[in-house]
Amino acid sequence: MNVDLRRRLLLGAAPLLAVALSLAVGAIFILAIGQDPLAIYALMLRQSLGTGYGLGQTLFKATPLIFTGLAVALGFRAGLFNIGVEGQLYLGGLAAALTGVALAGLPAVFLLPLALLAAAAAGAAWGAIPGVLKARFGAHEVINTIMLNFIAFALASFIGRFVFEPATVRTATVGAGAEIARLDVFLPALHGSPVNLSLLLALLVAAGTNLLLFGTRLGYELRAVGLNATAAEYGGVSLGRTQVVAMALSGALAGLGGVNFVLGYKHYFELGFSAGAGFLGIAVALLGRNHPVGVVVAALFFGALSYGGLVINQQVPKELVEVLQALVILLAISAQVLMERFARRMR
Amino acid sequence: MIESAPPISLRHITRRFGPVVANDDVSLELAPGEIHGLVGENGAGKSTLMRVLYGLLQPDSGTIEVAGRAVRIHSPAAAMRLGLGMVHQHFMLVDSLTVAENVTLGREPLGALGSYSPAAAEREVAALAARHGLPVDPGARIETLSVGAQQRVEILKALYHGARVLILDEPTAVLTPQEVDDLFRVLRELQAQGTTIVLITHKLAEVTALAQRVTVMRAGRVVGGGAIAEHPVERMAELMVGHAIPPLHARAHHEECVPLLRVRLLDVLDDRGLQAVKRASFEVHSGEIVGLAGVEGNGQHELVECLAGLRRAQHGDILIADRDCTALTARGRAAAGLAHIPSDRLRRGLVPEMTLAENLVLGRQREPDAGHGPLLPRRALEARAAGVLAEYDVRPPEPGRQARQLSGGNQQKLIAARELSRGAAVVLAAHPTRGVDLGAIAFLHQRLLRERDAGRAVLLVSSELSEILALSDRIFVMYEGRLVHETRPAETDERTLGLHMTGRRGAVAP
Repeated sequence: MNVDLRRRLLLGAAPLLAVALSLAVGAIFILAIGQDPLAIYALMLRQSLGTGYGLGQTLFKATPLIFTGLAVALGFRAGLFNIGVEGQLYLGGLAAALTGVALAGLPAVFLLPLALLAAAAAGAAWGAIPGVLKARFGAHEVINTIMLNFIAFALASFIGRFVFEPATVRTATVGAGAEIARLDVFLPALHGSPVNLSLLLALLVAAGTNLLLFGTRLGYELRAVGLNATAAEYGGVSLGRTQVVAMALSGALAGLGGVNFVLGYKHYFELGFSAGAGFLGIAVALLGRNHPVGVVVAALFFGALSYGGLVINQQVPKELVEVLQALVILLAISAQVLMERFARRMR
Repeated sequence: MIESAPPISLRHITRRFGPVVANDDVSLELAPGEIHGLVGENGAGKSTLMRVLYGLLQPDSGTIEVAGRAVRIHSPAAAMRLGLGMVHQHFMLVDSLTVAENVTLGREPLGALGSYSPAAAEREVAALAARHGLPVDPGARIETLSVGAQQRVEILKALYHGARVLILDEPTAVLTPQEVDDLFRVLRELQAQGTTIVLITHKLAEVTALAQRVTVMRAGRVVGGGAIAEHPVERMAELMVGHAIPPLHARAHHEECVPLLRVRLLDVLDDRGLQAVKRASFEVHSGEIVGLAGVEGNGQHELVECLAGLRRAQHGDILIADRDCTALTARGRAAAGLAHIPSDRLRRGLVPEMTLAENLVLGRQREPDAGHGPLLPRRALEARAAGVLAEYDVRPPEPGRQARQLSGGNQQKLIAARELSRGAAVVLAAHPTRGVDLGAIAFLHQRLLRERDAGRAVLLVSSELSEILALSDRIFVMYEGRLVHETRPAETDERTLGLHMTGRRGAVAP
């Protein structure tokens, strides 16, 4: 029992080790540029977490990452690698905006849930396509989700020809009933930052995902398929159906991630708004060890890193943050393997 | 080439894996030219000890002496240079290469211009095979050979690399009785030429038949050993388990039998689309165990998977308790009264990364009483699990532990607990005791007999003929997809079954 606990602690420590190591390696880069790494890191920390505005920015950037990290993690749990989160998020945002524009006159009690539902449904549909292709024809979801990202970008541009404001790449503003309130309305300390109630939704969805995975029949079957598909089949689980359901759920989570920007910040959809939040979700899931709690923590870390990167722009090139992100991913994988080996030797 | 085998001493070998002591101060002497039986349950430390000797593991402490000289064996290559050879339980052969290519791999004979010469290799291997009385065709590709022939290739490979001490890990586990006879002949011949042989096994009769000396291990220690004459089978078994083994229950009388499983004219394909089961028809009645004997790969696997709903029937019907189940899924059949202990516990039977409690609900996760509505709360699962784990003697009985942390025997008991505790009318048990320790074997046998006595219909598939003979009321032999022979344990023996299993005798059963 004790060994078991120690083993879990070791595995849990892997992401922390990865973060620490990547900051250490990043320090070498900063030194090479001729800056003081400690000063840079201190500045990042102070600006991204130390002020109300900075904290708000960090939380704003973390919000979509919670959704996309959950989306990737849910797929992983079912043994599926959903790289199409970017496209699903993108179309989710578009669907939310179109709903918010088309039904602009409705009151918030109807319009907001409808817009959220539209975002989830669009993401689910886009996620279900590779799920069906996998279940029906055995086509690999990695290839198909990547390809569907490109199709999603092109589709949004095409739809935009009919719905965008003249001479712009954005939709009209959504009805007031579809807007998600900013947090600085309730917490003046966050004044000026775009963080909004989508964050609360993200946390609720994370809790819901946790319950789904570890407390329901569906989640049990989904994890069984991911861990040992032949045993799941033996246990009467339909592999194909579970794969489609898992991809649709993953897509729905990603689609909801689009509302942070579209309904909570700008109040319209604009081309390119996703800005890599979907792809970064893969890193978030990885660092969060595919666990909803870990995903939330990892999303906050990547959010801080993103915003912190903006504030140190004058001292070091902004690519430093990308280097740090890449290092974290590389080291998270290595640290996990290392810790697993270490834990095995303990037994 | 013909030099005598060196004497070998392993002294006070200790090897730990984390907190587990796999070898605890183990000493072993191998006299030149003897056949030495190394017996013990799974996990007793036999393989660890031999892996230390063969350079696959380094001991934490202790010394190895070869021919009186202390040596450090860092790798299998170093072991080979010292004249050691090992035949693993799972063969290490390249299927698409020929016998000669496999045997000479790593020390290929060179022809003109230093290129590899297949002809020279085949000549050398043929000569080596003839010298040691090992019949093989040097030009044949491995994938075309029987398991017994592949094993001979492994032995040849060791000899080609200069082995004078040969370690065989469970060599008979995969062989038919006739192939076992052939192997024993080869081993005696090798011994006559001065080769030392270590026979790792848990089949005690083989040790009695072959070895001059035996060493018994239990829980990482040597618990006994010496001349084989002083160690009858019962004595070895007691040493291995640590207590006397109870004999199997005599058959409880049963009055009435109704057919609970009926199979009619079943055709099943294997993974490659070839017909693996051909027109199989049989019945299993309430209160009986029907044994299905056969060399692995003769359609038993496909038959069981088809009965369990994991593989489609091309033709024929399956009736469970008078209900036609041919079109039902695995879950449908379970609901109709079928329990299934699958042959591959880690791939089919368990989700090793899940907990014991979660594994106990596999297959029943959709049943109403497993949870509430869509919920399947962990606490409820664990509460249900505790009693079942105790009843089926799964150790340790901790519902929250991962299944992969259990020993093979306990994993198998876990599966039995899940499948037998649901009270299904028909029990499919495929290789229920493969690779598990003696204690677990005895327990699982008792449980299957109890199922029989409770009026269930049990179909037992096994490649252990002793198991089939001990438990079955009726026996079918499967050969090349057909049921070729039906008999009763009292009317047959291992030899006769072996002949039917290899198609060397017998008319087709009706």
